[in-house]
Amino acid sequence: MTAPALLESRGLTVRFGGLLALNALDIDVRHGEVLGLIGPNGSGKTTFLNVISGVYSASAGSIRLDGADITTASAQHLSASGLARTFQRSRLCLPLSVFDNIVLGAQKRLNSGLWHNLIQRKALAAEVRAIAAEARELLYVFNPTLADKLYDPAISLGMIDRRRVEICRALIGKPKLVLLDEPSAGMTHDETDQVVDEILGIRKSLGGLTIIIVEHEMGLIERVTDRCVVLNYGKKICEGKFRDVASDPVVREAYLGQS
Amino acid sequence: MSALPSHKPARVWPLIVAVAFAAASLTTLVLIENQKLLGLTLAGIAALCFAAARFGGVAATEAAASENPWLLRGLVLIAAMAVLFVLRDDNFGLLMVATVLIYATVCIGLTIQMGYTGLTNFAAAAFVGTGGYTAAMLGQKGGLPDIVVLISGGLIAVFIGSLLILPVLRTRGHYAALTTLAFGVMFTVFLDANELLGGPQGLKIPGINLFGWDFSDDLHIAGYTFSFYVNYVILTGAVTALTMVLTGLLDRSWIGVWLDVVRLDETAASVFGLKVGRWKVLAFTLGNFLAGLMGAIYAKMTGFIAPSNFTFGDSLVMVSIVILGGIGNRWGVLPAALIVVLLPEKLQFIQEYRLLLYALVVIVILVVQPDGLVARRVRTLRMEARS
Ligand SMILES: Nc1ncnc2c1ncn2[C@@H]1O[C@H](COP(=O)(O)OP(=O)(O)O)[C@@H](O)[C@H]1O
Ligand SMILES: [Mg+2]
Repeated sequence: MTAPALLESRGLTVRFGGLLALNALDIDVRHGEVLGLIGPNGSGKTTFLNVISGVYSASAGSIRLDGADITTASAQHLSASGLARTFQRSRLCLPLSVFDNIVLGAQKRLNSGLWHNLIQRKALAAEVRAIAAEARELLYVFNPTLADKLYDPAISLGMIDRRRVEICRALIGKPKLVLLDEPSAGMTHDETDQVVDEILGIRKSLGGLTIIIVEHEMGLIERVTDRCVVLNYGKKICEGKFRDVASDPVVREAYLGQS
Repeated sequence: MSALPSHKPARVWPLIVAVAFAAASLTTLVLIENQKLLGLTLAGIAALCFAAARFGGVAATEAAASENPWLLRGLVLIAAMAVLFVLRDDNFGLLMVATVLIYATVCIGLTIQMGYTGLTNFAAAAFVGTGGYTAAMLGQKGGLPDIVVLISGGLIAVFIGSLLILPVLRTRGHYAALTTLAFGVMFTVFLDANELLGGPQGLKIPGINLFGWDFSDDLHIAGYTFSFYVNYVILTGAVTALTMVLTGLLDRSWIGVWLDVVRLDETAASVFGLKVGRWKVLAFTLGNFLAGLMGAIYAKMTGFIAPSNFTFGDSLVMVSIVILGGIGNRWGVLPAALIVVLLPEKLQFIQEYRLLLYALVVIVILVVQPDGLVARRVRTLRMEARS
């Protein structure tokens, strides 16, 4: 027997009206692996991330995280159980500072009580300083100049730095499982390579963080993933090492059929 | 690691000048009777503010204020005493200042709701009215200490608000806008039809007496006589100041960040664990409490309330103050409340077209300068060794 997976979906189905966005998916994500989720546009990759992070709810099937059933868990509960993510289209709060955005990722570790926030300002200040130091450290790993922009509004950052901030926001909560939805979207090839190197670097320093990554860039997928799952029309059509998956005729057919 | 940016202490005199300027402007605007002179003064004040913004005076003031919060508080206190001294026997002027402070405080509550959390509230005047009528009804019964009466005004407004909470919490669509709009419109209709609440004629209410401090007595200090309205200016001023300080602390805390995130992106908020509904309830509650509390004070100050004091139009006026001031900026609310409350009192010809004029102002602002008079600043939660 292999060790139980960190995340297990069984018969996971999501319907939008008549559209079967996810069709009876059985997907396992093992502890400490980087799982690539690939497939043509509209094949259900983002929907899969949305349903396991509690943004959408499943129409049928089940999901387990670390053995616990999370099929109907709220997004808040999932965040508390160690799940964090980025979004395909950047979802930073642009008018807020980089710090405010990153701090959201640490929300569950912070004291949100009225008394603490309004009256115990010394304790609050200590908390702020500790988190600011952590945020600076994280940002520094990605881009030393970004650490100096901690209090700049997110809107003043370029695309690549916004991505980095989103990833820092996901990482600062010390999650067990991170979902990355097309981290390369809106970036050049070189920028993507850079960000991915940074993610892998951080992952090493955090000691085997589990990641699900959705990507179009096959070069990137080949470089970072341990295993891949290929979706087409909401169904899993193939699974395995990238090299095997890429040469699979069914997969080639799916990609060709699309373009 | 990169070093923290070192801070050169800001000079304090811009702050002193700014507070003195604000106090002088307020006093002048309240005292001027002549309409042409008022127009000229307003233009002059606007020009000076514009110049101050253009040449760094505003930035210098802000830097000094954020580094020396206690100096700011002390200066405001001194300025307030000076204004009170100058206006000491001007009943109409004092009443106007207290009214401006009441509007300002209600609009700070509205800022927490709309500016921070993104909850549309088109019924602010109805919540103010709820507080006012609560004070009137409790006052008629008699026997309750006024501190209890005033706080009950706030609590009953919170209670009425909680009846609307379900649609207000709905994420999609404009449920909050529609529900509060309906409540704001129905409130006066309900009052008009209700004999127990005095119908269209309204109710009379006795003045405030807090712990033996009778607000209907003139004050005699060092040989000078202060009109009894000074009591109300002191009370409303103290409540406004306390509200400003607490709202500032709220804004510069984790809760301030959470409220902003709830407004800007509910999906991101819940994915990172924020209980969106809980923060909306908090903001709605705080804003409605302030509205109800100020309504109770207003009712006791004017001694008489009627449905026509709390119309849907008044709710719109409050929203326009928040927009004019710079949505989400609690400081902007103060000059905006002054302008919106004072001008129709002074310029008789505006009275009739009041609402039309506000509608125009709001539209022009949203098109030309969506940030309002004073744009909200980006929060910098740094809290280094200085507090
Ligand atoms: N909220 C939604 N409502 C209706 N249809 C949706 C929704 N989200 C996704 N879909 C549909 O589900 C399918 C899968 O979409 P998605 O998961 O975004 O694909 P991918 O990320 O693989 O490109 C698409 O046909 C898309 O139009
Ligand atoms: Mg997608």
